[in-house]
Amino acid sequence: MEFVYEVEGGNFTKAGNASSAVKKTMKQLNVDPKIVKRTVVALYEAEVNIVAHAYGGVITVNVNAEHIHIVLDDNGPGIPDIDLAMQEGFSTASSKVREMGFGAGMGLPNIKKNVDELKVSSEVDKGTRVEMKTYLKNQ
Amino acid sequence: MSKQQIYHALKIDKDICYGCTHCMNVCPTDAIRINDGIARILKKRCIDCGECLKVCPVDAIYVEQDDLDNIFDYEYRVALVPAVFTGQFPTSITEEEVFSMMKELGFTHVFQAEFMVDMLNELIDDQMEMNEDKPLISTFCPSVVRLIQVKFPSLIDNIASVKPPVDASAAFYRKLLQNQGVPDKQIGIFYVTPCAAKIAAVKGIDDEYAAINGVINMMYLYNKLYTKIKNNKDSERELPVLPHLSSKSIQWSITRGEADNMKGRCLAVDEIHNVIEFLERLENDEIPKVDYLELRACDQGCAGGVLLHGNRFLTVDRMKRRAKQLESETGDINWKEHKEIIEDKDLFISKVNPLPAMSLDQDFAEALKKMERIRNLMCYLPGIDCGACGSPSCQALAEDIVQRKANLSNCVFLQRMMEKSKKLSSEHAIRIIERTWGKDRLDKDCKKIGAKNEGM
Ligand SMILES: Nc1ncnc2c1ncn2[C@@H]1O[C@H](COP(=O)(O)OP(=O)(O)OP(=O)(O)O)[C@@H](O)[C@H]1O
Ligand code: SF4
Ligand code: SF4
Ligand SMILES: [Mg+2]
Repeated sequence: MEFVYEVEGGNFTKAGNASSAVKKTMKQLNVDPKIVKRTVVALYEAEVNIVAHAYGGVITVNVNAEHIHIVLDDNGPGIPDIDLAMQEGFSTASSKVREMGFGAGMGLPNIKKNVDELKVSSEVDKGTRVEMKTYLKNQ
Repeated sequence: MSKQQIYHALKIDKDICYGCTHCMNVCPTDAIRINDGIARILKKRCIDCGECLKVCPVDAIYVEQDDLDNIFDYEYRVALVPAVFTGQFPTSITEEEVFSMMKELGFTHVFQAEFMVDMLNELIDDQMEMNEDKPLISTFCPSVVRLIQVKFPSLIDNIASVKPPVDASAAFYRKLLQNQGVPDKQIGIFYVTPCAAKIAAVKGIDDEYAAINGVINMMYLYNKLYTKIKNNKDSERELPVLPHLSSKSIQWSITRGEADNMKGRCLAVDEIHNVIEFLERLENDEIPKVDYLELRACDQGCAGGVLLHGNRFLTVDRMKRRAKQLESETGDINWKEHKEIIEDKDLFISKVNPLPAMSLDQDFAEALKKMERIRNLMCYLPGIDCGACGSPSCQALAEDIVQRKANLSNCVFLQRMMEKSKKLSSEHAIRIIERTWGKDRLDKDCKKIGAKNEGM
């Protein structure tokens, strides 16, 4: 089953809407609360990254009996050095974003911690794709 | 998993309810449906918050309570009274007067529900210190605890393990009496409750409430006492000596009562929809570091309880003034002097279990199938959320359909479409309406609310 959500760049008031919708769905599907929590935390970070760093994007969620697979595609500046961006504490957030309580450079590392598989790819000046997968069956 | 028997205190009087949908529309967990013209509460989802009771225009929703006469089953009849109770009386009436009147009603002892607050406060502070990253959630409001069990099971581990004051105070007072030589069987402790949630908690199987034998509806008691006080204001009577509460304890049950007295960073959120919104965010990890969350189902905390008489803001004001008057006085029963009788089980709750009620099916594959069907049904439903089908929204109707509790033809708009395409006869359509709204619902009736002969 597929769900699609749009994300608007720069609109922090709406950041989190997709995460909340996905959370509701997962609860209805009776997914283990711990997995719901991990997935939603990761998705929220990735969603906020689009809002904070890109111009806009689309989130596509696929759920089946085995896993939940989420792809976040955005139009934006892209990430020149992904390994660097993945490091804890690395951030290019503007002071405006920091004032809002974001920009600690913990988002991507936090995503990695909370999902089973993570793939980040990016093209500078075009956009970024974050793909994450979490298995629903207890290993 | 063993089947847990869950007790609910909110009931619908089928003879009074006329299926107006008000309760269905305000229920924060979508727990109400209309069938045969009468509201019905889905037990698995109800959290006893009392929103439905507040909004019902004809008082068709009531709380199940103990008969006041039940107290006479016991020789020692203790009324456990929360501060919001006295907070409703004008400040010209003293606490002693109120309590002496309660004795005239048959109680032999009156004790305050917030008596153990100071001790519990210390325990929560300790727990917070040991607790690293997650905010602790207060156990004070049973409706919030139930909400977390039902709708936010992933936050169960955040619930603090320190008991609410009522329970700890009841356990303490029971022991105090036992120590004076009173046999346990003769002690009946009755909690004067501001809400349905506390009744459900006391009556439920939760064994930590075992110290309490029954509950008395606060509104009922208020009316009884106020008439009594009004009628013999000047008569001489002996006033009881009471353990005084700290000003903190008096204000504990109103909003910020807990939050203002804890050591760490504490947040207070009141009113059930606000609490839900906040918990959604907490679950997404959107909330920056907080140590303690005071969450209450009612606006203004227990001053907004469904069984309170009068305006909640005035009640808060009176409680604050009473608290100020007491600021210099210290209590005469001090728990520190009776420390030896207090055991851990009087102070800590047992584990809270998740009771998730939002899932479509226990089985994931089944749930997935149902969700696909819901999404398909939503293509046809008009998205008006009018409630005329007897479910609170189009989405809820779609869910009810896949759960085999409703049909697509329950939607009044789709009925018209089906009639137009000759898939449904108009007689059949009327029968469907009658099933949801009762037999004579569409007949002319000038006595209904707002009609020209209302009340005649
Ligand atoms: N979608 C994106 N588009 C462009 N750059 C991004 C995107 N996501 C992350 N980045 C870059 O990677 C850096 C690190 O991201 P990360 O989420 O770890 O930290 P942050 O967003 O800066 O701060 P925090 O997430 O802790 O609030 C960002 O500062 C930004 O430069
Ligand atoms: S609010 Fe309306 S539908 Fe609900 S119980 Fe009262 S009369 Fe019945
Ligand atoms: S806030 Fe107080 S009165 Fe309201 S439901 Fe919770 S415990 Fe009961
Ligand atoms: Mg980030």
